[in-house]
Amino acid sequence: MEINLLSFGQVADIIGKDPMKLADVKNTSELNRYLAKNWPMLRSIKYSIAVNKKIIHEDTLLQHEDTVAILPPFSGG
Amino acid sequence: MTHSTKYQRYQRQIILEQFGTNAQEKLFQAKVLVVGAGGLGCPALQYLSAAGVGTIGIIDFDVVELSNLQRQTLYCTEDIGKPKAQTAADKLKAFNPDIVFYVHHIKLDSKNALDLIRNYDVLIDGTDNFATRYLVNDASAILNKPLVYGAVLCFEGQVGVFNLADKITSTKTNYRDLFPVPPDPASAPSCNEAGVLGVLPGIIGTLQATEAIKIITGIGKPLCNTIVSYNALTNLFYEFMIYPAKETDSSIPKNESAFRKFNYNWFCGSHEALNEITPAEFDDLRTREKIDIIDVRETNELPLADEFSFIKIPLGKFGAAMKVISTKHKIVVFCQTGKRSLTAVKMLNERFPGCAAVSLKGGIEAWKKYQLSVSTTPFNEQS
Repeated sequence: MEINLLSFGQVADIIGKDPMKLADVKNTSELNRYLAKNWPMLRSIKYSIAVNKKIIHEDTLLQHEDTVAILPPFSGG
Repeated sequence: MTHSTKYQRYQRQIILEQFGTNAQEKLFQAKVLVVGAGGLGCPALQYLSAAGVGTIGIIDFDVVELSNLQRQTLYCTEDIGKPKAQTAADKLKAFNPDIVFYVHHIKLDSKNALDLIRNYDVLIDGTDNFATRYLVNDASAILNKPLVYGAVLCFEGQVGVFNLADKITSTKTNYRDLFPVPPDPASAPSCNEAGVLGVLPGIIGTLQATEAIKIITGIGKPLCNTIVSYNALTNLFYEFMIYPAKETDSSIPKNESAFRKFNYNWFCGSHEALNEITPAEFDDLRTREKIDIIDVRETNELPLADEFSFIKIPLGKFGAAMKVISTKHKIVVFCQTGKRSLTAVKMLNERFPGCAAVSLKGGIEAWKKYQLSVSTTPFNEQS
């Protein structure tokens, strides 16, 4: 099973701007752990997660081909 | 003004089949408040004025700087040093004398926000910091006003509409459903620090004006419960659909009086936040989240504080005891009058830079007095 990962703002600056594919990530908490382990700088950044464009508030199971987007807040105006 | 000249200026939009004089009349009647006359506010203001929104309020406490001119297109070089809100209103009045402008050259805070916002139908968030964003969000949620949100950084922007019920499901969401907790200021750079492509707020601010016009006139489908992210480098738009979060109900101030007491600088850990909190803010904070409280008075000092739990570390022993203090939660330090506790907060900040530690203003004496005043106040607070 494979998911697509999109990132925005500061998160994209840290993990790379291009969409990536991740294998065997069962749910969004596993994804969070994977991200924190591989990019420790992400630990100090708050971000929201959308699974297939829907912002989630709880740990969410991921299915094959799901698109997960990671959106940090920014406040410039 | 005759009927024909009244409509002549807006003729190109009135001839649109979905628009007509009906939508134009709705714009004439509408009152829009633009919070922040900067990168987002300038284009939003220009198009809202041009479209004939009858009443427009402009809030900004800042003055024009040279480094603003790359994106804040209402201002020119000779405006440097002039207040933004008045300067913007003067320019816009020249563009369209039909419009009534209200200039608010003030810093929006939890004391003045509700009475200001109450007078308007739709809000545009053109602010440039998290504290004001959460403040505008919460005020518009409490007053049930649609809020057109916009934010930019570097080459990316976000636009969306909050507090507008979905026509089918009646669901309403706000900024807290998207970002329940503000980021640590150290980890979230501003445009001043990270930069912004000048044209980007032009695009996002114009999208905000578009959403406001749709909300007012009822044409099209506003970005209700949705934010759109735009990347100027890749030309990609991406949608995020927002759903109500359980957390929002418990974290957002419940009513007007709770809102007035909420300290947004403290909540967002702003650099400008003082090292002190008032007794009212302290009580609010205690009910809101887990905090650690430290009494730095000597062992026998009175009055006793038995209304909440705390740890006792007299100031003389504070330096040595700091190694066992955890900075996991926010720390509130108190003493008799608030002087020794400020010293302790300073020590904590030196030892743990950036830690969230504050001193109880006026000490336990002021807090006890405040308890007395609250318990004897008749229950007639306006809300």
